[in-house]
Amino acid sequence: MQSIFVYPEYEVERNESRCTMCRICERECSNGVHRFNASTGKIDCDDTRCANCHRCVEMCPVRALKIVKSGHTFRTNANWTAQAVTEIFKQASTGGVLLSSMGNPEEQPVYFDRILINASQVTNPSIDPLREPMETRVFLGPKPSRIERDKNGKLINNLKPQLKAEMPILFSAMSYGSVSYKVHEALAKAAGALGIYYNTGEGGLHEDFYKYGDHTIVQVASGRFGVHPDYLNSAAAIEIKMGQGAKPGIGGHLPGTKIVDDVSRTRMIPEGSDAISPAPHHDIYSIEDLRQLIDSLKEATDYKKPVIVKVAAVHNIAAIAGGIARSGADIISIDGYRGGTGAAPTRIRNNVGIPIELALASVDRRLREEGVRDRVSLIAAGSIRNSADIVKAIALGADACSIGTAALIALGCHLCRSCQTGSCNWGIATQKPELVKRLDAEEGARRLINLLTAWNHEIKEMMGGMGINSIESLKGNRLMLRGIGLNAKELEILGIGHAGE
Amino acid sequence: MEKIDATGMHFKELNSLVRRSGHKEVTILNCIGQRYIGTALKTGSITVEGTPGNALGAYLDGGHILVKGNCQDAVGDTMNDGEIIVHGNAGDALGYAMRGGKIFVRGNSGYRTGVHMKEYKDKKPVIIVGGTSGSFLGEYLAGGVIVVLNLNGETLCTGKFTGTGMHGGKIFLRTENGSILPDLPPQASVRESTEEDMAEIRTDLERYLSVFRIEREKLFSGRFWTVTPNAKNPYTRLYTAD
Repeated sequence: MQSIFVYPEYEVERNESRCTMCRICERECSNGVHRFNASTGKIDCDDTRCANCHRCVEMCPVRALKIVKSGHTFRTNANWTAQAVTEIFKQASTGGVLLSSMGNPEEQPVYFDRILINASQVTNPSIDPLREPMETRVFLGPKPSRIERDKNGKLINNLKPQLKAEMPILFSAMSYGSVSYKVHEALAKAAGALGIYYNTGEGGLHEDFYKYGDHTIVQVASGRFGVHPDYLNSAAAIEIKMGQGAKPGIGGHLPGTKIVDDVSRTRMIPEGSDAISPAPHHDIYSIEDLRQLIDSLKEATDYKKPVIVKVAAVHNIAAIAGGIARSGADIISIDGYRGGTGAAPTRIRNNVGIPIELALASVDRRLREEGVRDRVSLIAAGSIRNSADIVKAIALGADACSIGTAALIALGCHLCRSCQTGSCNWGIATQKPELVKRLDAEEGARRLINLLTAWNHEIKEMMGGMGINSIESLKGNRLMLRGIGLNAKELEILGIGHAGE
Repeated sequence: MEKIDATGMHFKELNSLVRRSGHKEVTILNCIGQRYIGTALKTGSITVEGTPGNALGAYLDGGHILVKGNCQDAVGDTMNDGEIIVHGNAGDALGYAMRGGKIFVRGNSGYRTGVHMKEYKDKKPVIIVGGTSGSFLGEYLAGGVIVVLNLNGETLCTGKFTGTGMHGGKIFLRTENGSILPDLPPQASVRESTEEDMAEIRTDLERYLSVFRIEREKLFSGRFWTVTPNAKNPYTRLYTAD
C-alpha cells in the first residue's frame, strides 16, 4: 500500500525579489528545510520539515521569508477536522503513540480570561506604586499557628524555614536534558538577580550551577536522577515531583539521544541510555509514604530547607492537597492541565487534568475549611501568561506562581511545539552544541529580568488600583475578582461573584 | 565509640544525637523502629542493635551501617556511596534508585528490591541478598548489579515481574536443587552466567562470604544466571511526532 502523505501545515514563502542568496536560512535551519540547489542556482524549500519556529524568518537579513498557514484543506467537516484526520494517518502509518510538546493548544476555557479585577473609586483610594511603598515580597512555607513567648515574655521564633521571594513569581521546573545548559544558566542568573528561584527539574544540577544554590530549588522525582546529599544541600528548597500538569499520571522518558556528555554526568546515567521516570514513585503508595520521603529529605538536610510537593491538578485535587498539607510538606505546587512539557503523549496532555484556576480555588477553600491553610504555601502553575494571571491566581488563593513557558518565550522560544525532536533552532530544547551556542545566557538573563521587572511593576499597579499595598492582602481576596460569562457552578467553584454583582 | 540507648526515643532526637556525636563509631542499642537512621551519612559507622525503622541509610554517602537484626522498608533509598550490612531480613523497596555503594543482606528482601538503580561510569551500586527476594525485583533497572543468592535453595528465588522495564544493569540469580527461574518480561532475557559475568561480581561475592562467614563451596554449589535488558532505549519506537 502507498504510504499516506500528510500535506505540511505551514509553508515557507520566499520573496525572490528580495532574496540575495546569502544562504543564511540554509545554515540556520536545523530541520533542513532550506537547501541550495546548485543546478538551478536557487534555494529549494522542503515545507514538510518546517516546524514554524521562525528562526529563518528572524535571521533573514532582507526579510525575504515568512511562514504562512498552508491553504491545503480537507473537505470541511466540523467533526472530522483536518487535525483529527492527519493524526489517524500518522498513527496508521507508524503504530506510535502521538507525542507533543509544550502546553495544551486546544480551544478549551481559560478561566483567567473570564475573570475581571476590581479597582477602587472614590472611597478606599487607589495607591500609586511610583510614589508609595508597595510590597510584593512573599515568604513561602508554613506559618506558625500561634505566637509563642518565653518566660520573660519575649517572642520565640517558631517560624519554620521559608523561601523568601522578592516577587510572587518563580521559574518552573525544567530539567537539564529537556532544556539546554544555557537555559539553566540564564534562569539561574536571572533568579539570583531578581531575588527569586529557579527549579532544576528532575535532571540533577550541573556542577557549574552550585554557586546559584541560594536561588535554586532542586527536584526529586520518581527517577531520582542526579539526587545525592550534596545536591540536596546545595539548594534553597527541595521539590518532590509527584505529577506534572501536562501529563498527570504518567512518567517521563528522556530519549537516549538527549543523554549526552554533561547531561549523562548530571543525571548520573550512561550516555545514550533512555532516562525513564516511572509514573509513580515506587516507594510512595500513600500520604504516609509521602511523609516518609519528606522526612528523609529533611533529615538529609538537617531540617534547614522547606520541602515542596508538586502535583498535577486533577479531579480530586482538593482532597489530595488536604492530605499533602498533613504530610509534613511546607509548600504545595499545583500544575494545571495547560502546563508545558518537553514531551508528552498528545492524548494525555489534551485530555487529562483540570484547569489551574478551578484547582487552585478549590484547594485554597478546602485547606481553609480544614483549618490547615497556614501549614502550607500554595504555588500555582500551568499556563501563567502575564501579570494579570498572577494577580488573579493570588486572589484565588495562591501564594506565588511559577512560569515555565513564559520564561522560555523570553529566551527566544517561538512555541513551535517541536521540543521532542531535540533540534530546537533557538538553542533551548536541544543538546546539540552547535544549536545550544545560539543562546546567549547573559542576554537571556537580561530578558528574563526585564520581563519579571515589568510584570512586578504591573502587579503593583493592579494592587494599587485596588487600594492594596501588600501582596499578603491580595492573597485569597476573592472580593477583588468577578467572573464574566461564567455559569453559577463555575462561579461557585471559583468562589467569586459575577460582574455586576 | 559512643553508645546511644534508643529506648523511648523519637527518631528526630536519636538521629540528631547520632549526627552530632562527633564519634566515628556509634552503636545504637535497643533500636525499636526509629526511622531515617544514618541518613546521608558521609563518614564513620553506625551499628544498630534491635530493629531500625524505615529508610535506614537513605542517601547514604560513604558511611557504613551494620544491622545485627532485621530491617524494615526502604533501606538505602537513593544511596550514593558506602555500605549497609544486614544480618537479618530487609523489607520492601530495598535500595530504591540506588546509584552507588553496596548493600549486603544475609536473609531475604521484600518486594521492589533495587527498583530503578542506576550507574555512571565507575559508580556502580551492588545489592546482594542471601535468601530470596519478593516480586518486582529490579524493575526499571537502569544500571548496577543485583544478586539474589537463594542460599536456602527455595524453589523460586524471586517473585513475579522480575526486571520489568529493565533497560540497564544486571540481575544475577542463583539456583540449586532444581529451583526454577522466574518468568521474565519482554524487556529482559536470561543466560547462564559466563566467566565475564562472574568476574563482574567476584570481589563483592568474596566480601559477602567473609562478612557473613559463608563457605565458598556452599555458594558455588549452585548455578548462576544473568538477566540483562534487551535494549537500552526501550521507548524509542513507542512514539510518533504529532
